[in-house]
Amino acid sequence: MKEELFVSGRDIPNIDPFLNIWHWQIPMYLFLGGLAAGILFFASLFTIMGKEKEMPTTVKRATLLVPIALSLGLFFLFLDLKHKLWFWQLYTTIRLESPMSWGAWTLMVITPLSMVWSASYLKELWPAWDWKFKILDDFEKLVIKNRKGLAWAMIILAVILGIYTGILLSAFNARPLWNTSLLGPLFLVSGMSTGAATIMWMAKDKSERLLMSKIDLLLISIELFFIVHLFMGFLASNAVQIEAANLFLGGAFTVSFWGFVVVLGLIVPALLEILELRGYHIPVAIPAGLILFGGMMFRFIMVEAGQITRYLY
Amino acid sequence: MRYAMAIDTRKCVGCSDCVVACQVENNVPIGYCRDWVVESTSGTYPVLQTEIRSERCNHCDNSPCVRCCPTGASHFEQGGIVTVTHHKCIGCGACIQSCPYDARYSHPDGYVDKCTFCLHRVVEGLKPACVSVCPTKCMYFGDLEDPNSDVSVAIRHRNYKTLAPEAGTKPQIFYLL
Repeated sequence: MKEELFVSGRDIPNIDPFLNIWHWQIPMYLFLGGLAAGILFFASLFTIMGKEKEMPTTVKRATLLVPIALSLGLFFLFLDLKHKLWFWQLYTTIRLESPMSWGAWTLMVITPLSMVWSASYLKELWPAWDWKFKILDDFEKLVIKNRKGLAWAMIILAVILGIYTGILLSAFNARPLWNTSLLGPLFLVSGMSTGAATIMWMAKDKSERLLMSKIDLLLISIELFFIVHLFMGFLASNAVQIEAANLFLGGAFTVSFWGFVVVLGLIVPALLEILELRGYHIPVAIPAGLILFGGMMFRFIMVEAGQITRYLY
Repeated sequence: MRYAMAIDTRKCVGCSDCVVACQVENNVPIGYCRDWVVESTSGTYPVLQTEIRSERCNHCDNSPCVRCCPTGASHFEQGGIVTVTHHKCIGCGACIQSCPYDARYSHPDGYVDKCTFCLHRVVEGLKPACVSVCPTKCMYFGDLEDPNSDVSVAIRHRNYKTLAPEAGTKPQIFYLL
């Protein structure tokens, strides 16, 4: 038996009885950041492969969502800051050891790039679009001429952005649930899967939808594989990580994680996509919506559960 | 120079004087504290053992809070003391997440706040407020690199432990057993 008491009294807001310093803003941002990274990854990939014509939704229409998702995500991050007026201090320094510094700078570059990317397709999507100023017309021409180069920059930044959403958490050794190097790849794959689901949902062309559906199936399988490995790793690790895993294996997050994230968010949409590929007609909104829901739940659960886990001494 | 603290768990009676002294000295907002006292009881009745510990920031040598700070607000001062520059802190909470000791909190004014080893007193040659008021004199503060400092003398002939050394933070508060 071991019992610990604060004999001096301690009830600090958001710290006691368990840490709860990050609220809904962080998982929402992680979701939007992963989604944006996923869409940008596929848009850049198909541009580099020269398949803009075959994949019009991926390259041109879905990317319109990215600046919105990133701006909204940045706004949520801003809401999370408790010393808001000093936010610009992020951009006075580059701190290589701090994942958050990496993330802040990546967002600083990728958000305007995604805006430029979307803007360069506005004329194609709405032929009546008029930039009104000559300098904007010239800039558009320059961007269109250098789309491949832009795609290369964006695909690298998209991977950094997607993996960063996981590394942000995994770099905290004090929170055993997060402290696994699998979290970066897991969040990247999950973000790419939500991106693929969004493109699938928006695609008008059947062949594009089916291709994204196949890619998504592959991503879901990788994700399930990572989740199994995550728990294998935890259970083979030290006391604090075993305790962290137990939150999901009989503990408070068991139903929400396995029910909402794994079954509803991964397995059910995967089965529906398999049925679709076999020729059954499944409304695309169901698997796509479930994947987005599962991705969001995953981030909410990981952020909340991770803050509860801690070192014991 | 490497400032450190040793706390004798056999002398500490858990009076919480250190907590109040800190709150007064550092104008800590009501409802918050930079140090606290834990009473840890282990064993099976009737064979029980109680340890009383006055805890605070461990001013770790390998500080995860300094590493993860995106603005450099969390930094090392002289002698390895970890402090936060208020006007650089954006209140992102990363350092609070990174601390295995939950020694940091979000000050009502927005920035992150924590124990400073009373740096403002130490530079004047005084001891931290908590150490100076301890009625059982169970706390020792000083420079580890000076073999004659209070803390070096205190740990020389005693067994001691640090908190969660497995976290790899190299904490600099030694609990004498």
